[in-house]
Amino acid sequence: MKIAVCIKQVPDTEAKIKIGADGRSIDDAGVNLVVSPFDEYAVEEALRLREKHGGEIVAYAVGDDRAATALRTVLAMGVDRAVHLKDAAFEGSDGLGISRILSAALRLDSFEMVLFGKQAVGTDRGQVGPRVAELLDLPHVSVVVALSVEGGRLRAEREIEGACEVVESPLPAVITAQKGLNEPRYASLKGILAAKKKEIRVMGAADIRLDPSTVGASGAAEVWEKLELPPGRTGGKILKDMDPASAAKELVRILREEAKVI
Amino acid sequence: MSRDVLVFMESCGAQMRRSSLQALSEGRRVADGLGSKLYALLSGSAVADLAAGLAAQGPDTVLVAEHEILGHYHPEAFASVLAAAVRKTGSAYVLLSATALGRDLAARAAAKLDAGLASDCIEVEISDGAVRVKRPVYSGRAVATARFATTPAFATLRPNAFPVAEISGRNPAVETLSAELDLAKVRARTVEVKAGEGGETDISEASVVVAGGRAMKGPENFGLIRDLARALGGAVGASRAAVDAGWIGHQCQVGQTGKVVAPGLYIACGISGAIQHVAGMSTSRVIVAINKDPEAPIFKLADYGIVGDLYEVLPKLTEEVCRLKGE
Repeated sequence: MKIAVCIKQVPDTEAKIKIGADGRSIDDAGVNLVVSPFDEYAVEEALRLREKHGGEIVAYAVGDDRAATALRTVLAMGVDRAVHLKDAAFEGSDGLGISRILSAALRLDSFEMVLFGKQAVGTDRGQVGPRVAELLDLPHVSVVVALSVEGGRLRAEREIEGACEVVESPLPAVITAQKGLNEPRYASLKGILAAKKKEIRVMGAADIRLDPSTVGASGAAEVWEKLELPPGRTGGKILKDMDPASAAKELVRILREEAKVI
Repeated sequence: MSRDVLVFMESCGAQMRRSSLQALSEGRRVADGLGSKLYALLSGSAVADLAAGLAAQGPDTVLVAEHEILGHYHPEAFASVLAAAVRKTGSAYVLLSATALGRDLAARAAAKLDAGLASDCIEVEISDGAVRVKRPVYSGRAVATARFATTPAFATLRPNAFPVAEISGRNPAVETLSAELDLAKVRARTVEVKAGEGGETDISEASVVVAGGRAMKGPENFGLIRDLARALGGAVGASRAAVDAGWIGHQCQVGQTGKVVAPGLYIACGISGAIQHVAGMSTSRVIVAINKDPEAPIFKLADYGIVGDLYEVLPKLTEEVCRLKGE
Protein backbone atom coordinates (compact mmCIF):
# COMPACT_ATOMS: atom_id res chain seq x y z
CA MET A 1 0.00 0.00 0.00
CA LYS A 2 1.38 3.37 -0.98
CA ILE A 3 0.53 6.05 1.57
CA ALA A 4 1.02 9.82 1.59
CA VAL A 5 0.93 11.77 4.82
CA CYS A 6 0.78 15.56 4.73
CA ILE A 7 2.19 17.42 7.72
CA LYS A 8 2.66 21.00 8.82
CA GLN A 9 5.26 22.61 11.02
CA VAL A 10 3.66 24.89 13.62
CA PRO A 11 4.74 26.93 16.67
CA ASP A 12 4.94 24.82 19.81
CA THR A 13 1.53 24.94 21.49
CA GLU A 14 3.10 26.42 24.63
CA ALA A 15 4.95 29.16 22.73
CA LYS A 16 4.32 32.77 23.54
CA ILE A 17 2.69 34.49 20.60
CA LYS A 18 4.15 37.79 19.43
CA ILE A 19 2.53 39.82 16.68
CA GLY A 20 4.91 40.49 13.77
CA ALA A 21 5.94 43.95 12.57
CA ASP A 22 3.46 43.75 9.67
CA GLY A 23 0.58 43.44 12.17
CA ARG A 24 -0.84 40.58 10.13
CA SER A 25 1.19 37.55 11.14
CA ILE A 26 3.09 36.21 14.11
CA ASP A 27 6.73 36.87 14.75
CA ASP A 28 8.02 33.31 14.97
CA ALA A 29 11.70 34.18 15.32
CA GLY A 30 13.10 32.05 18.09
CA VAL A 31 9.82 30.17 18.54
CA ASN A 32 10.15 26.42 18.95
CA LEU A 33 8.54 24.73 15.94
CA VAL A 34 7.00 21.27 16.06
CA VAL A 35 5.02 18.86 13.89
CA SER A 36 1.36 19.81 14.39
CA PRO A 37 0.01 17.39 17.03
CA PHE A 38 -2.88 16.07 14.91
CA ASP A 39 -0.42 15.25 12.11
CA GLU A 40 1.37 12.89 14.48
CA TYR A 41 -1.79 10.77 14.65
CA ALA A 42 -1.82 10.69 10.84
CA VAL A 43 1.84 9.60 10.69
CA GLU A 44 1.28 6.92 13.32
CA GLU A 45 -1.73 5.58 11.43
CA ALA A 46 0.32 5.46 8.22
CA LEU A 47 3.02 3.45 10.02
CA ARG A 48 0.41 1.01 11.33
CA LEU A 49 -1.11 0.60 7.87
CA ARG A 50 2.33 -0.15 6.45
CA GLU A 51 3.03 -2.66 9.23
CA LYS A 52 -0.17 -4.48 8.29
CA HIS A 53 -0.26 -4.11 4.52
CA GLY A 54 3.36 -3.39 3.57
CA GLY A 55 4.23 -0.61 1.15
CA GLU A 56 5.75 2.82 1.31
CA ILE A 57 5.02 6.08 3.16
CA VAL A 58 5.86 9.49 1.68
CA ALA A 59 5.55 12.62 3.82
CA TYR A 60 4.76 16.04 2.32
CA ALA A 61 5.17 19.45 3.90
CA VAL A 62 4.78 22.97 2.53
CA GLY A 63 7.10 25.46 4.19
CA ASP A 64 10.35 27.37 4.23
CA ASP A 65 13.78 25.86 5.04
CA ARG A 66 12.74 25.18 8.63
CA ALA A 67 10.04 22.70 7.57
CA ALA A 68 12.80 20.22 6.72
CA THR A 69 13.17 19.65 10.47
CA ALA A 70 9.53 18.56 10.71
CA LEU A 71 10.02 16.17 7.81
CA ARG A 72 13.16 14.79 9.48
CA THR A 73 11.09 14.19 12.64
CA VAL A 74 8.55 12.02 10.83
CA LEU A 75 11.27 10.24 8.87
CA ALA A 76 12.70 9.31 12.27
CA MET A 77 9.30 7.93 13.29
CA GLY A 78 9.56 5.57 10.29
CA VAL A 79 8.29 7.39 7.19
CA ASP A 80 10.26 6.19 4.13
CA ARG A 81 10.92 9.42 2.25
CA ALA A 82 9.77 13.01 2.12
CA VAL A 83 8.88 15.82 -0.27
CA HIS A 84 9.55 19.38 0.88
CA LEU A 85 7.42 21.82 -1.09
CA LYS A 86 9.40 25.01 -0.93
CA ASP A 87 9.11 28.08 -3.10
CA ALA A 88 8.99 31.82 -2.36
CA ALA A 89 5.74 31.79 -4.33
CA PHE A 90 4.13 29.50 -1.71
CA GLU A 91 4.55 31.98 1.13
CA GLY A 92 1.37 33.53 2.46
CA SER A 93 -0.90 30.79 1.11
CA ASP A 94 -4.32 30.31 2.71
CA GLY A 95 -6.18 26.97 2.91
CA LEU A 96 -7.09 27.26 -0.76
CA GLY A 97 -3.45 27.78 -1.78
CA ILE A 98 -2.01 25.04 0.42
CA SER A 99 -4.51 22.55 -0.96
CA ARG A 100 -3.58 23.55 -4.51
CA ILE A 101 0.12 23.03 -3.76
CA LEU A 102 -0.38 19.67 -2.06
CA SER A 103 -2.76 18.31 -4.67
CA ALA A 104 -0.41 19.34 -7.49
CA ALA A 105 2.41 17.45 -5.78
CA LEU A 106 0.31 14.40 -4.88
CA ARG A 107 -0.96 14.16 -8.45
CA LEU A 108 2.57 13.38 -9.67
CA ASP A 109 2.47 10.14 -7.75
CA SER A 110 -0.22 7.60 -7.03
CA PHE A 111 -1.44 6.74 -3.52
CA GLU A 112 -4.04 4.45 -2.04
CA MET A 113 -4.33 6.50 1.13
CA VAL A 114 -3.63 10.17 1.80
CA LEU A 115 -3.57 11.09 5.49
CA PHE A 116 -3.76 14.48 7.21
CA GLY A 117 -4.19 15.76 10.76
CA LYS A 118 -7.73 17.09 11.24
CA GLN A 119 -6.36 20.63 11.48
CA ALA A 120 -3.07 22.43 11.93
CA VAL A 121 -2.75 23.69 15.46
CA GLY A 122 -2.31 27.45 15.11
CA THR A 123 -4.20 28.52 12.01
CA ASP A 124 -6.84 25.93 12.94
CA ARG A 125 -8.49 25.98 9.52
CA GLY A 126 -9.25 22.27 9.32
CA GLN A 127 -9.98 22.47 5.62
CA VAL A 128 -6.95 21.28 3.68
CA GLY A 129 -7.69 17.51 3.90
CA PRO A 130 -11.23 17.65 2.45
CA ARG A 131 -10.12 20.29 -0.08
CA VAL A 132 -7.30 18.09 -1.37
CA ALA A 133 -9.75 15.17 -1.63
CA GLU A 134 -12.04 17.27 -3.81
CA LEU A 135 -9.18 18.54 -5.98
CA LEU A 136 -7.90 14.99 -6.50
CA ASP A 137 -11.45 13.68 -6.98
CA LEU A 138 -11.10 11.27 -4.06
CA PRO A 139 -13.58 10.39 -1.30
CA HIS A 140 -12.66 11.56 2.20
CA VAL A 141 -13.51 11.00 5.84
CA SER A 142 -12.52 13.70 8.34
CA VAL A 143 -11.97 13.76 12.12
CA VAL A 144 -11.39 10.00 12.22
CA VAL A 145 -11.02 8.21 15.57
CA ALA A 146 -10.95 4.60 14.31
CA LEU A 147 -9.84 3.16 10.98
CA SER A 148 -9.60 -0.26 9.38
CA VAL A 149 -8.57 -1.04 5.82
CA GLU A 150 -9.29 -4.33 4.06
CA GLY A 151 -9.66 -5.47 0.46
CA GLY A 152 -9.44 -2.04 -1.13
CA ARG A 153 -12.02 -0.49 1.22
CA LEU A 154 -11.89 1.41 4.46
CA ARG A 155 -14.20 1.65 7.43
CA ALA A 156 -13.77 4.69 9.63
CA GLU A 157 -15.46 6.21 12.64
CA ARG A 158 -15.71 9.97 12.86
CA GLU A 159 -16.73 12.12 15.78
CA ILE A 160 -19.81 14.27 15.48
CA GLU A 161 -21.82 16.11 18.14
CA GLY A 162 -22.84 13.57 20.75
CA ALA A 163 -22.46 10.62 18.38
CA CYS A 164 -20.15 8.81 16.03
CA GLU A 165 -20.60 8.21 12.30
CA VAL A 166 -19.40 4.96 10.77
CA VAL A 167 -18.27 5.61 7.21
CA GLU A 168 -17.23 3.18 4.48
CA SER A 169 -15.37 4.10 1.34
CA PRO A 170 -13.44 2.53 -1.50
CA LEU A 171 -9.73 3.35 -1.83
CA PRO A 172 -7.97 5.51 -2.78
CA ALA A 173 -9.25 7.89 -0.13
CA VAL A 174 -8.28 10.82 2.09
CA ILE A 175 -8.48 10.61 5.90
CA THR A 176 -7.99 13.34 8.50
CA ALA A 177 -6.90 12.13 11.94
CA GLN A 178 -8.35 13.11 15.31
CA LYS A 179 -6.98 12.47 18.79
CA GLY A 180 -8.05 9.00 19.89
CA LEU A 181 -7.15 7.35 16.57
CA ASN A 182 -3.92 5.97 18.05
CA GLU A 183 -1.04 6.81 20.36
CA PRO A 184 1.84 8.19 18.29
CA ARG A 185 5.20 6.51 18.87
CA TYR A 186 8.39 8.30 19.78
CA ALA A 187 11.26 8.08 17.33
CA SER A 188 13.85 5.52 18.40
CA LEU A 189 17.54 6.31 18.38
CA LYS A 190 17.87 3.91 15.45
CA GLY A 191 15.08 5.76 13.69
CA ILE A 192 16.73 9.12 14.26
CA LEU A 193 20.01 7.83 12.83
CA ALA A 194 18.28 6.20 9.86
CA ALA A 195 16.35 9.43 9.14
CA LYS A 196 19.59 11.26 8.43
CA LYS A 197 20.13 9.08 5.38
CA LYS A 198 16.57 9.24 4.03
CA GLU A 199 15.69 11.36 1.03
CA ILE A 200 13.99 14.75 1.36
CA ARG A 201 13.23 15.93 -2.14
CA VAL A 202 12.76 19.68 -2.49
CA MET A 203 10.19 20.73 -5.09
CA GLY A 204 9.07 24.19 -6.18
CA ALA A 205 6.12 25.44 -8.22
CA ALA A 206 7.71 24.54 -11.56
CA ASP A 207 8.55 20.99 -10.37
CA ILE A 208 4.91 20.31 -9.50
CA ARG A 209 3.63 22.12 -12.62
CA LEU A 210 1.77 24.76 -10.65
CA ASP A 211 1.07 28.31 -11.77
CA PRO A 212 2.70 30.30 -8.95
CA SER A 213 0.15 33.12 -9.21
CA THR A 214 -2.62 30.76 -8.01
CA VAL A 215 -0.96 30.26 -4.62
CA GLY A 216 0.88 32.30 -1.98
CA ALA A 217 -0.30 35.74 -0.94
CA SER A 218 -1.37 36.62 -4.49
CA GLY A 219 -3.63 33.57 -4.78
CA ALA A 220 -5.12 33.79 -1.30
CA ALA A 221 -8.89 34.18 -0.94
CA GLU A 222 -8.88 34.54 2.86
CA VAL A 223 -6.60 37.53 3.47
CA TRP A 224 -5.49 38.35 6.99
CA GLU A 225 -5.56 42.11 7.40
CA LYS A 226 -4.87 42.22 11.09
CA LEU A 227 -3.66 39.96 13.85
CA GLU A 228 -4.19 41.06 17.43
CA LEU A 229 -3.84 39.69 20.89
CA PRO A 230 -7.28 38.79 22.23
CA PRO A 231 -9.03 41.38 24.38
CA GLY A 232 -7.96 40.65 27.93
CA ARG A 233 -10.56 39.78 30.48
CA THR A 234 -9.70 41.78 33.55
CA GLY A 235 -11.35 42.74 36.76
CA GLY A 236 -12.90 39.38 37.45
CA LYS A 237 -14.78 39.22 40.73
CA ILE A 238 -13.03 36.55 42.77
CA LEU A 239 -14.52 35.45 46.09
CA LYS A 240 -11.82 34.65 48.63
CA ASP A 241 -11.69 33.77 52.29
CA MET A 242 -15.38 32.92 52.47
CA ASP A 243 -16.89 29.76 53.85
CA PRO A 244 -18.09 27.45 51.04
CA ALA A 245 -21.78 27.93 51.71
CA SER A 246 -21.66 31.74 51.63
CA ALA A 247 -19.35 31.77 48.62
CA ALA A 248 -21.72 29.44 46.73
CA LYS A 249 -24.70 31.54 47.68
CA GLU A 250 -23.02 34.77 46.60
CA LEU A 251 -21.83 33.27 43.30
CA VAL A 252 -25.29 32.01 42.41
CA ARG A 253 -26.74 35.44 43.25
CA ILE A 254 -24.18 37.14 40.98
CA LEU A 255 -24.75 34.71 38.12
CA ARG A 256 -28.49 35.29 38.42
CA GLU A 257 -28.64 39.03 39.04
CA GLU A 258 -25.50 40.50 37.45
CA ALA A 259 -24.44 38.10 34.72
CA LYS A 260 -28.01 36.88 34.10
CA VAL A 261 -26.85 33.48 32.92
CA ILE A 262 -28.89 31.24 35.22
CA MET B 1 -22.08 41.12 -8.95
CA SER B 2 -24.41 39.46 -6.46
CA ARG B 3 -23.84 40.02 -2.78
CA ASP B 4 -26.46 37.53 -1.68
CA VAL B 5 -25.96 35.32 1.33
CA LEU B 6 -26.71 31.61 1.58
CA VAL B 7 -26.83 29.69 4.86
CA PHE B 8 -26.62 25.91 4.97
CA MET B 9 -29.11 24.58 7.53
CA GLU B 10 -28.20 21.44 9.42
CA SER B 11 -30.93 19.30 10.87
CA CYS B 12 -30.61 16.69 13.53
CA GLY B 13 -33.44 14.19 13.21
CA ALA B 14 -36.63 16.19 12.75
CA GLN B 15 -35.17 19.36 14.28
CA MET B 16 -32.95 22.17 13.11
CA ARG B 17 -29.70 22.46 14.97
CA ARG B 18 -29.78 25.55 17.14
CA SER B 19 -26.34 26.55 15.85
CA SER B 20 -27.78 26.62 12.32
CA LEU B 21 -30.48 29.02 13.51
CA GLN B 22 -27.68 31.16 14.94
CA ALA B 23 -25.93 31.10 11.55
CA LEU B 24 -29.18 31.98 9.77
CA SER B 25 -29.78 34.93 12.12
CA GLU B 26 -26.26 36.16 11.42
CA GLY B 27 -26.91 35.62 7.71
CA ARG B 28 -29.93 37.94 7.97
CA ARG B 29 -27.81 40.59 9.65
CA VAL B 30 -25.09 40.29 6.97
CA ALA B 31 -27.61 40.37 4.10
CA ASP B 32 -29.27 43.46 5.61
CA GLY B 33 -25.84 45.09 5.96
CA LEU B 34 -25.12 44.40 2.31
CA GLY B 35 -28.64 45.17 1.13
CA SER B 36 -28.89 41.73 -0.40
CA LYS B 37 -31.01 38.59 -0.32
CA LEU B 38 -30.78 35.75 2.17
CA TYR B 39 -31.21 32.13 1.15
CA ALA B 40 -31.49 29.16 3.49
CA LEU B 41 -30.64 25.72 2.14
CA LEU B 42 -32.32 22.68 3.64
CA SER B 43 -31.06 19.34 2.43
CA GLY B 44 -32.02 15.88 3.57
CA SER B 45 -34.27 12.95 2.81
CA ALA B 46 -37.43 14.62 4.13
CA VAL B 47 -36.85 18.20 5.22
CA ALA B 48 -39.51 20.25 3.40
CA ASP B 49 -41.59 20.42 6.58
CA LEU B 50 -38.79 22.28 8.34
CA ALA B 51 -38.94 25.22 5.90
CA ALA B 52 -41.82 27.00 7.65
CA GLY B 53 -39.93 26.88 10.95
CA LEU B 54 -37.19 29.12 9.57
CA ALA B 55 -39.42 32.18 9.03
CA ALA B 56 -38.43 33.77 12.34
CA GLN B 57 -34.78 33.99 11.28
CA GLY B 58 -35.82 35.89 8.19
CA PRO B 59 -34.64 34.14 5.01
CA ASP B 60 -36.11 35.57 1.80
CA THR B 61 -36.07 32.15 0.17
CA VAL B 62 -35.76 28.64 1.52
CA LEU B 63 -34.28 26.17 -0.94
CA VAL B 64 -35.25 22.58 -0.33
CA ALA B 65 -33.08 19.79 -1.72
CA GLU B 66 -34.50 16.37 -1.03
CA HIS B 67 -33.07 13.02 -2.02
CA GLU B 68 -33.25 9.71 -0.30
CA ILE B 69 -29.46 9.51 -0.05
CA LEU B 70 -29.31 12.80 1.86
CA GLY B 71 -30.77 11.15 4.97
CA HIS B 72 -27.25 10.64 6.27
CA TYR B 73 -24.24 12.90 5.83
CA HIS B 74 -22.09 11.79 2.90
CA PRO B 75 -19.54 14.53 2.12
CA GLU B 76 -19.56 14.18 -1.65
CA ALA B 77 -23.37 14.23 -1.91
CA PHE B 78 -23.82 17.23 0.39
CA ALA B 79 -20.97 19.15 -1.25
CA SER B 80 -22.60 18.66 -4.67
CA VAL B 81 -25.92 19.98 -3.39
CA LEU B 82 -24.38 22.97 -1.63
CA ALA B 83 -22.20 23.90 -4.60
CA ALA B 84 -25.23 23.61 -6.90
CA ALA B 85 -27.23 25.90 -4.59
CA VAL B 86 -24.45 28.50 -4.54
CA ARG B 87 -24.19 28.41 -8.33
CA LYS B 88 -27.95 28.56 -8.85
CA THR B 89 -28.46 31.52 -6.52
CA GLY B 90 -25.20 33.22 -7.44
CA SER B 91 -24.61 33.76 -3.72
CA ALA B 92 -21.46 35.60 -2.72
CA TYR B 93 -21.25 34.58 0.93
CA VAL B 94 -21.95 31.12 2.25
CA LEU B 95 -22.34 30.56 5.98
CA LEU B 96 -22.44 27.29 7.91
CA SER B 97 -22.28 26.53 11.59
CA ALA B 98 -18.83 25.16 12.53
CA THR B 99 -20.20 21.78 13.60
CA ALA B 100 -18.53 18.50 12.64
CA LEU B 101 -20.72 18.41 9.54
CA GLY B 102 -20.44 22.12 8.76
CA ARG B 103 -16.67 22.22 8.92
CA ASP B 104 -16.32 19.13 6.74
CA LEU B 105 -18.90 20.23 4.19
CA ALA B 106 -17.64 23.81 3.93
CA ALA B 107 -14.13 22.63 3.05
CA ARG B 108 -15.24 20.23 0.32
CA ALA B 109 -17.83 22.57 -1.19
CA ALA B 110 -15.41 25.53 -1.12
CA ALA B 111 -12.88 23.42 -3.03
CA LYS B 112 -15.54 22.63 -5.65
CA LEU B 113 -16.07 26.34 -6.20
CA ASP B 114 -12.42 27.41 -5.87
CA ALA B 115 -13.60 29.55 -2.97
CA GLY B 116 -11.94 30.84 0.18
CA LEU B 117 -13.08 29.60 3.56
CA ALA B 118 -12.65 31.24 6.95
CA SER B 119 -13.08 28.62 9.69
CA ASP B 120 -14.69 28.95 13.10
CA CYS B 121 -15.44 32.68 13.02
CA ILE B 122 -16.67 34.50 16.12
CA GLU B 123 -17.65 37.79 14.48
CA VAL B 124 -18.70 39.06 11.06
CA GLU B 125 -18.30 42.77 10.29
CA ILE B 126 -19.73 44.68 7.37
CA SER B 127 -18.34 48.07 6.56
CA ASP B 128 -18.48 49.95 3.27
CA GLY B 129 -20.00 46.90 1.63
CA ALA B 130 -17.05 44.67 2.54
CA VAL B 131 -17.37 41.57 4.71
CA ARG B 132 -14.69 40.85 7.28
CA VAL B 133 -14.53 38.02 9.78
CA LYS B 134 -12.73 37.57 13.04
CA ARG B 135 -11.39 34.18 14.03
CA PRO B 136 -9.35 33.05 17.00
CA VAL B 137 -6.01 31.52 15.98
CA TYR B 138 -2.97 30.11 17.77
CA SER B 139 -5.20 28.45 20.34
CA GLY B 140 -7.02 31.67 21.12
CA ARG B 141 -3.79 33.53 21.84
CA ALA B 142 -4.44 35.81 18.87
CA VAL B 143 -7.42 36.94 16.80
CA ALA B 144 -7.16 37.34 13.03
CA THR B 145 -9.33 39.75 11.04
CA ALA B 146 -9.71 38.50 7.49
CA ARG B 147 -11.36 39.74 4.34
CA PHE B 148 -12.19 37.77 1.24
CA ALA B 149 -10.32 38.57 -1.96
CA THR B 150 -12.80 36.67 -4.10
CA THR B 151 -16.40 35.49 -4.04
CA PRO B 152 -18.06 33.14 -3.52
CA ALA B 153 -16.55 32.94 -0.05
CA PHE B 154 -17.37 30.55 2.76
CA ALA B 155 -17.29 31.06 6.52
CA THR B 156 -18.10 28.64 9.32
CA LEU B 157 -19.41 30.23 12.51
CA ARG B 158 -18.53 29.01 15.99
CA PRO B 159 -21.64 27.54 17.66
CA ASN B 160 -23.05 29.76 20.43
CA ALA B 161 -20.89 32.73 19.40
CA PHE B 162 -23.89 34.28 17.61
CA PRO B 163 -27.39 34.84 19.01
CA VAL B 164 -30.63 33.53 17.51
CA ALA B 165 -32.77 36.48 16.43
CA GLU B 166 -36.54 36.25 16.18
CA ILE B 167 -38.25 38.36 13.54
CA SER B 168 -42.01 38.26 13.13
CA GLY B 169 -44.14 38.69 10.05
CA ARG B 170 -41.77 37.14 7.55
CA ASN B 171 -42.98 34.60 5.09
CA PRO B 172 -40.16 33.16 3.01
CA ALA B 173 -40.67 31.74 -0.46
CA VAL B 174 -39.96 28.01 -0.64
CA GLU B 175 -38.29 26.65 -3.76
CA THR B 176 -37.24 23.16 -4.68
CA LEU B 177 -33.64 22.63 -5.66
CA SER B 178 -33.41 19.50 -7.72
CA ALA B 179 -30.61 17.45 -6.23
CA GLU B 180 -29.06 15.94 -9.31
CA LEU B 181 -26.62 13.54 -7.79
CA ASP B 182 -24.27 11.17 -9.51
CA LEU B 183 -24.53 8.33 -7.03
CA ALA B 184 -21.38 6.69 -8.40
CA LYS B 185 -19.56 9.78 -7.15
CA VAL B 186 -20.90 9.35 -3.61
CA ARG B 187 -18.12 7.01 -2.57
CA ALA B 188 -17.60 7.66 1.14
CA ARG B 189 -20.90 6.76 2.78
CA THR B 190 -22.11 6.91 6.34
CA VAL B 191 -23.45 3.42 7.06
CA GLU B 192 -24.33 3.85 10.72
CA VAL B 193 -24.64 6.56 13.37
CA LYS B 194 -23.77 5.37 16.86
CA ALA B 195 -25.38 7.47 19.56
CA GLY B 196 -23.12 8.83 22.27
CA GLU B 197 -23.18 7.80 25.91
CA GLY B 198 -26.50 8.30 27.64
CA GLY B 199 -27.83 10.82 25.12
CA GLU B 200 -26.31 13.72 27.05
CA THR B 201 -26.08 17.13 25.41
CA ASP B 202 -22.86 17.56 23.47
CA ILE B 203 -20.61 20.16 25.08
CA SER B 204 -20.20 22.12 21.86
CA GLU B 205 -23.95 22.76 21.73
CA ALA B 206 -24.69 23.26 25.42
CA SER B 207 -25.50 26.70 26.80
CA VAL B 208 -23.87 25.80 30.13
CA VAL B 209 -20.72 23.69 30.53
CA VAL B 210 -19.36 22.55 33.89
CA ALA B 211 -15.85 21.14 33.49
CA GLY B 212 -13.55 19.26 35.82
CA GLY B 213 -9.77 19.04 35.76
CA ARG B 214 -6.86 17.37 37.42
CA ALA B 215 -8.16 18.22 40.90
CA MET B 216 -11.06 15.80 40.38
CA LYS B 217 -8.53 13.08 41.30
CA GLY B 218 -10.56 10.22 39.83
CA PRO B 219 -13.65 9.22 37.83
CA GLU B 220 -15.80 8.84 40.93
CA ASN B 221 -15.60 12.54 41.76
CA PHE B 222 -17.04 13.61 38.40
CA GLY B 223 -20.41 12.99 40.07
CA LEU B 224 -19.98 16.40 41.69
CA ILE B 225 -19.55 17.98 38.24
CA ARG B 226 -22.50 16.04 36.81
CA ASP B 227 -24.77 17.11 39.66
CA LEU B 228 -24.06 20.80 39.10
CA ALA B 229 -24.33 20.42 35.31
CA ARG B 230 -27.70 18.70 35.71
CA ALA B 231 -28.96 21.38 38.08
CA LEU B 232 -28.00 24.06 35.52
CA GLY B 233 -29.31 22.09 32.53
CA GLY B 234 -25.80 21.97 31.13
CA ALA B 235 -23.22 19.50 29.88
CA VAL B 236 -20.12 17.99 31.47
CA GLY B 237 -16.69 18.95 30.17
CA ALA B 238 -13.16 18.07 31.20
CA SER B 239 -9.58 19.18 30.81
CA ARG B 240 -7.04 17.14 28.92
CA ALA B 241 -5.47 16.00 32.20
CA ALA B 242 -8.74 14.40 33.30
CA VAL B 243 -9.33 12.79 29.90
CA ASP B 244 -5.78 11.47 29.55
CA ALA B 245 -6.03 9.99 33.04
CA GLY B 246 -9.02 8.03 31.79
CA TRP B 247 -11.50 9.56 34.24
CA ILE B 248 -13.92 10.65 31.53
CA GLY B 249 -14.37 10.14 27.76
CA HIS B 250 -12.55 12.07 25.07
CA GLN B 251 -15.86 13.47 23.77
CA CYS B 252 -15.96 15.65 26.90
CA GLN B 253 -12.51 17.19 26.39
CA VAL B 254 -12.40 20.95 26.02
CA GLY B 255 -9.27 22.46 24.51
CA GLN B 256 -6.76 22.38 21.75
CA THR B 257 -6.94 18.64 21.15
CA GLY B 258 -10.56 18.44 22.23
CA LYS B 259 -13.58 20.57 21.45
CA VAL B 260 -13.97 24.31 21.23
CA VAL B 261 -16.98 25.54 23.17
CA ALA B 262 -18.52 28.98 23.61
CA PRO B 263 -21.42 28.52 26.03
CA GLY B 264 -23.17 31.34 27.86
CA LEU B 265 -21.71 30.04 31.11
CA TYR B 266 -18.54 27.98 31.56
CA ILE B 267 -17.62 26.77 35.04
CA ALA B 268 -14.04 25.47 35.34
CA CYS B 269 -13.58 23.35 38.45
CA GLY B 270 -10.10 22.39 39.57
CA ILE B 271 -8.68 23.42 36.19
CA SER B 272 -5.49 25.47 36.33
CA GLY B 273 -6.03 27.17 32.98
CA ALA B 274 -3.22 25.87 30.77
CA ILE B 275 -3.09 27.30 27.24
CA GLN B 276 -4.33 24.00 25.82
CA HIS B 277 -7.52 24.27 27.86
CA VAL B 278 -8.06 27.99 27.40
CA ALA B 279 -7.95 27.48 23.60
CA GLY B 280 -11.19 25.55 23.90
CA MET B 281 -13.23 27.87 26.11
CA SER B 282 -11.88 31.43 26.06
CA THR B 283 -14.76 32.77 23.95
CA SER B 284 -17.39 31.59 26.44
CA ARG B 285 -19.61 34.49 27.45
CA VAL B 286 -19.24 34.18 31.23
CA ILE B 287 -16.38 32.21 32.76
CA VAL B 288 -16.41 31.03 36.36
CA ALA B 289 -13.41 29.42 38.03
CA ILE B 290 -13.37 27.35 41.18
CA ASN B 291 -9.89 26.51 42.37
CA LYS B 292 -7.97 26.08 45.58
CA ASP B 293 -4.93 27.91 44.24
CA PRO B 294 -5.51 31.70 44.14
CA GLU B 295 -2.55 31.97 41.72
CA ALA B 296 -4.06 29.59 39.13
CA PRO B 297 -3.97 31.25 35.67
CA ILE B 298 -7.67 30.45 35.19
CA PHE B 299 -8.53 33.31 37.58
CA LYS B 300 -6.98 35.80 35.13
CA LEU B 301 -9.52 34.72 32.55
CA ALA B 302 -12.49 34.31 34.87
CA ASP B 303 -15.31 36.82 35.19
CA TYR B 304 -16.18 35.32 38.55
CA GLY B 305 -14.47 32.86 40.79
CA ILE B 306 -14.28 31.18 44.13
CA VAL B 307 -10.97 30.41 45.76
CA GLY B 308 -11.78 27.29 47.66
CA ASP B 309 -11.90 23.53 47.81
CA LEU B 310 -14.16 22.28 45.04
CA TYR B 311 -15.18 19.27 47.16
CA GLU B 312 -16.76 21.70 49.60
CA VAL B 313 -17.91 24.36 47.15
CA LEU B 314 -19.53 22.24 44.42
CA PRO B 315 -22.15 20.52 46.61
CA LYS B 316 -23.12 23.91 48.06
CA LEU B 317 -23.36 25.43 44.59
CA THR B 318 -25.56 22.58 43.36
CA GLU B 319 -27.75 22.95 46.42
CA GLU B 320 -28.05 26.70 45.90
CA VAL B 321 -28.90 26.34 42.19
CA CYS B 322 -31.53 23.68 42.95
CA ARG B 323 -33.04 25.90 45.61
CA LEU B 324 -33.19 28.81 43.18
CA LYS B 325 -34.69 26.75 40.39
CA GLY B 326 -37.20 25.26 42.80
CA GLU B 327 -38.52 28.69 43.67
